[in-house]
Amino acid sequence: MQDVLDRISKNPKFLEFVAMRSRYGIIMSIISAAAYYGFILLVAFDKPLLATKIGAGVMTLGVPLGVGVIVFTIILTWIYVRRANTEFDATNEAIIKEAQK
Amino acid sequence: MNIKHILAAVAALVVAGGAIAAGADLGQAQKQATNWTAIAMFAIFVGGTLYITKWAASKTKSAADFYTGGGGITGFQNGLAIAGDYMSAASFLGISGLVFANGFDGLIFSIGWLVGWPVITFLMAERLRNLGKFTFADVASYRFSQTPVRVFAASASLVIVAFYMIAQMVGAGQLIKILFGLEYLYAVVLVGVIMLAYVLFGGMTATTWVQIIKACMLLAGATFMALAVLFQFGFSPEALFAKAVEVHSKKDAIMGPGALIKDPISAISVGMALMFGTAGLPHILMRFFTVPNAKEARKSVAWATTWIGYFYILTFIIGFGAIVNLVQNPADFYVGGEIAKGLKGGGNMAAVHLSKAVGGDLFMGFISAVAFATILAVVAGLTLSGASAVSHDLYASVFNKNCTSEQELRVSKIATMCLGALAIVLGIAFEKENVAYMVMLAFTIACSSNFPVLFMAVLWKNCTTRGAVVGGFVGLILAAVLTIGSAAVWEAVLGNPKGSAWFPYNSAAIFSMSAAFFTIWLVSILDNSEQAKKERALYPAQQLRSETGLGASSASAH
Repeated sequence: MQDVLDRISKNPKFLEFVAMRSRYGIIMSIISAAAYYGFILLVAFDKPLLATKIGAGVMTLGVPLGVGVIVFTIILTWIYVRRANTEFDATNEAIIKEAQK
Repeated sequence: MNIKHILAAVAALVVAGGAIAAGADLGQAQKQATNWTAIAMFAIFVGGTLYITKWAASKTKSAADFYTGGGGITGFQNGLAIAGDYMSAASFLGISGLVFANGFDGLIFSIGWLVGWPVITFLMAERLRNLGKFTFADVASYRFSQTPVRVFAASASLVIVAFYMIAQMVGAGQLIKILFGLEYLYAVVLVGVIMLAYVLFGGMTATTWVQIIKACMLLAGATFMALAVLFQFGFSPEALFAKAVEVHSKKDAIMGPGALIKDPISAISVGMALMFGTAGLPHILMRFFTVPNAKEARKSVAWATTWIGYFYILTFIIGFGAIVNLVQNPADFYVGGEIAKGLKGGGNMAAVHLSKAVGGDLFMGFISAVAFATILAVVAGLTLSGASAVSHDLYASVFNKNCTSEQELRVSKIATMCLGALAIVLGIAFEKENVAYMVMLAFTIACSSNFPVLFMAVLWKNCTTRGAVVGGFVGLILAAVLTIGSAAVWEAVLGNPKGSAWFPYNSAAIFSMSAAFFTIWLVSILDNSEQAKKERALYPAQQLRSETGLGASSASAH
């Protein structure tokens, strides 16, 4: 078992893979935080913008934007999980297999 | 005790003195006539879940079964259970009540509650699952000196659990008084005893199933209500909003942000507490160890995010539906039939009254039972995580390192009993207190103690035991002290004169969380002890396991 672990940790592909996946996780976190804080900062600094009417009725910009942040958050999570559960797990598996040979 | 505040825990707290507090002050919740439909529905729920507990008890033999249900829960099930843990009565009744009173502002909170989840998914879920066994302290102490890290983790977890629990128990007592017409004291004891039965006999398996059933009931009930409301308007949101604007006393103002968030520092600070606090709540973190591997852990957060997000969109529709249905019918839903006197039972009852308006007494009984079940399930999850902090982190890892699984299981059951008794005592002791700030305090402490320690231990190779423990305690203490200085506690709870609060913001997170991260960094880089060198040398092995899952504790290991 120890040789397998040693071989993995020396494998440049492993280090590259870990760095890539961490970077991807951080970028996705920043995108979701930006969406949320963008919305919160509008609430803090520009309330009239969110209360602007769109169309002829009572609908304001804030409502679709707010619901949009919720939907965007859900979609972003699934995008990450889908990629991690297929592509990342396959790469991970391949690296482990290679070390076990 | 202002029931409105308790239930809108989050809300009232964050805005203390803001929009919601400006609503009618309803005083002590009034005991209502005994509601037999609700009691019958609730009895069916309790009977069903106790039956599941009996089945789960036959499967709960080892400490691993007790803590994690043997690790055999699927990602989809766990996602529902996490959603169940998270969709508390505070978010259901509180947010729909907030939308009912202020419209758009309610949406701001919903979003805040949701955005912590992607961060957990992208940065923590997989690593937590790969490094941990029963509690998040397993993750944080992987390469560190066990005793100090475990003592820190257990202290922080117990503090968070205690504050969260007080809010739930007091909320439960008041809610049951209104919904079922039971005395406060009986209500609190009832919650404590039923919850103990779940946790004590069924452990994590029973707790998980209670969460799943409750999540499904809550989602089904809320979906039905939202559809019924949309049906009244031919499924046109525009028509619903237009009618709401027409009948609501605030008119157009309900469609845009109101007075909820005043200064930008509070806005950012509250945002940080909500976003990162979730990743430090012990009862949420514990759920990551109930699934067999990292793949299922990721799936469970994705499902949890989906259900929670969907649920918050529903509460927005329900809140507007309540405006349209209740305001036009003051005789049935308002005290003395007058809108100026406020809703019967308080502003948080908007969703419950709406359930009666769209589904009659039977459906209202169902929604009441769901609200009660919700509190019960959340308290069970909290107790379980508190008990595991005591038995796994303190007893089995510090005081008696050679204990057997049976001994550990026995200690966890004793700890469960003590926590159950404590929950009842705290619930009674705080009956007359304003506990609204406590949920926010739990989130602020979680994002300032558990989260920074976990984050740095897993992702920063130079982090050392000394840095993690000192930084974690700095965050914990600072979060608590600054919260005491805020208006919600200093003025409302401690009775100091208005305007004397020396901490001007709604949440301490921006300061306490930054201080925790800075202290962890500073103490770690100054730490040149032999122990620190050893810990840094262990980082590659930790990273290997957290990234590949090789050597992770698995469901089949026990």
